[in-house]
Amino acid sequence: MLNTNDILETISMIQDENLDIRTVTMGISLLDCADADIKASCEKVYRKITTCAKDLVPVCEQIEKEYGIPIINKRISVTPIAMLVGVSGGDPVQYALTLERASQAVGVNFIGGFSALVHRGFSAGDQALIEAIPEALSRTEHICASVNVGSTKAGINLDAVELMGRIVRQAAEITQDRECIGASKLVVLCNAPENNPFMAGAFHGVGEPDVVIHVGVSGPGVVRSALARNGKDKTITQIADLIKRTAFKITRMGQLVGTLASERLGVPFGIVDLSLAPTPAIGDYVAHILEEIGLEQCGAAGTTAALAMLNDAVKKGGVMASSMVGGLSGAFIPVSEDAGMIDAARSGALCIEKLEAMTAVCSVGLDMIIIPGDTTAEVISGIIADEAAIGMINSKTTAVRVIPAIGKQAGEELNFGGLLGYGPIMKVNTLSPATFVHRGGQIPAPIQALKN
Amino acid sequence: MLAVITVTGKDTVGVLAKVSGECAAVGANIIDVSQTVMQGLFAMIMMVEIDNIYCDFTEMVDRMEALGAGMGYVIHVMHEDIFNAMHRI
Repeated sequence: MLNTNDILETISMIQDENLDIRTVTMGISLLDCADADIKASCEKVYRKITTCAKDLVPVCEQIEKEYGIPIINKRISVTPIAMLVGVSGGDPVQYALTLERASQAVGVNFIGGFSALVHRGFSAGDQALIEAIPEALSRTEHICASVNVGSTKAGINLDAVELMGRIVRQAAEITQDRECIGASKLVVLCNAPENNPFMAGAFHGVGEPDVVIHVGVSGPGVVRSALARNGKDKTITQIADLIKRTAFKITRMGQLVGTLASERLGVPFGIVDLSLAPTPAIGDYVAHILEEIGLEQCGAAGTTAALAMLNDAVKKGGVMASSMVGGLSGAFIPVSEDAGMIDAARSGALCIEKLEAMTAVCSVGLDMIIIPGDTTAEVISGIIADEAAIGMINSKTTAVRVIPAIGKQAGEELNFGGLLGYGPIMKVNTLSPATFVHRGGQIPAPIQALKN
Repeated sequence: MLAVITVTGKDTVGVLAKVSGECAAVGANIIDVSQTVMQGLFAMIMMVEIDNIYCDFTEMVDRMEALGAGMGYVIHVMHEDIFNAMHRI
């Protein structure tokens, strides 16, 4: 029999501490849609997505109602579109417009997969797709783009890194009148996972089943409250244990929702991605967990250590709670989506260099960071190269999602609205890495022995 | 299958009667009730069987929430599986 305290705990997690299922993402393979004629290819893509995902939103809404747990986002990830462009040729923007039409038809709030994997080099379609990203993002609202430029096994493709510096800038320039929002839907990855339900880096890997359901759970507010309630006078070992227990409970909810959604949609269940992802809702911030652990403000000395412990404890709790954990599982640190990070960036407690250190121990990378509008493409490429190197050497996923605020300077702000949040423009080291990034070629894959 | 109904709000006469009346109206069989009043705040947890209810479970959720809103109470109706998943290994 259930006991009263357990029931009340669950309800207060959902009501007061913003516990939610962050996303149910349906992965759909589009490989069978490839056609030498781009028009026919787009038509098949539209038909496949609207057929496979027609019940996604209603089924999620039904589960929300029956179980009383909010499911914030319903999303779709698709096979990297560069593969279809490779077969069909033509203007990749046509695919973006098709995906946009499909997203509106089925009512999802993002489709991820306007992507290319170029960690070893460009194949047919890759370059064309990447060049089309700025226009594709400016002409659509619900499409996310990602490019994988490196991996531990392949090294880092410096030609792609150089190209992406320019593309990130263009994506911001072309949407300058809309707070440069184009760049907020574009992420450059190293070691991109194939089964990630979170945007902007979601795509459907070639090793995945035809259609699959992934679930992303979140709950920084729940972890922070658990620490605030029970964390006083505890050692860091006990704190780690408390985080583990809380992560376990959160993930169990994700496992339940994923199992239900997969049964009702008749689609296999993929993974639960247990990520502490902040939202603009009050009290739902990762930075505040770090402060609850005992830092004056996020960015203080000790931040990296506290984040490392948090990230690891979240994974340990989550792994036990779910039959299949995957994706990016860990703690996200997107600056513009986390009021604690925004405060720290405004006050100068948090700088890009500290964030870079944090990315070595957290779930992803430099995420949702707004940089001055006059930052050159070479500097952006340099930032991407640094971040990719951290991922490559440490065998982890890293990413860069920076938004150059065209026409604005450090100290000013951008406001994207909704889940993407708002934030101050952060200072960037403007010394030029131009000669380095223009060298081109491949940074060789690292040795896996002699670890130190 | 069981559902958990939780009711919270200011203590007034007839809350239990109204909620159980609604349960009877939709055909939900009450199997356990625990309630407490703390400093004037009424909190009740009710376990009900929903195998033979006359309407969809989602409709029952709507009806209960509407009933709560009408009385100035917050009423949640949730499938028991969510609690089992979270608190049982």
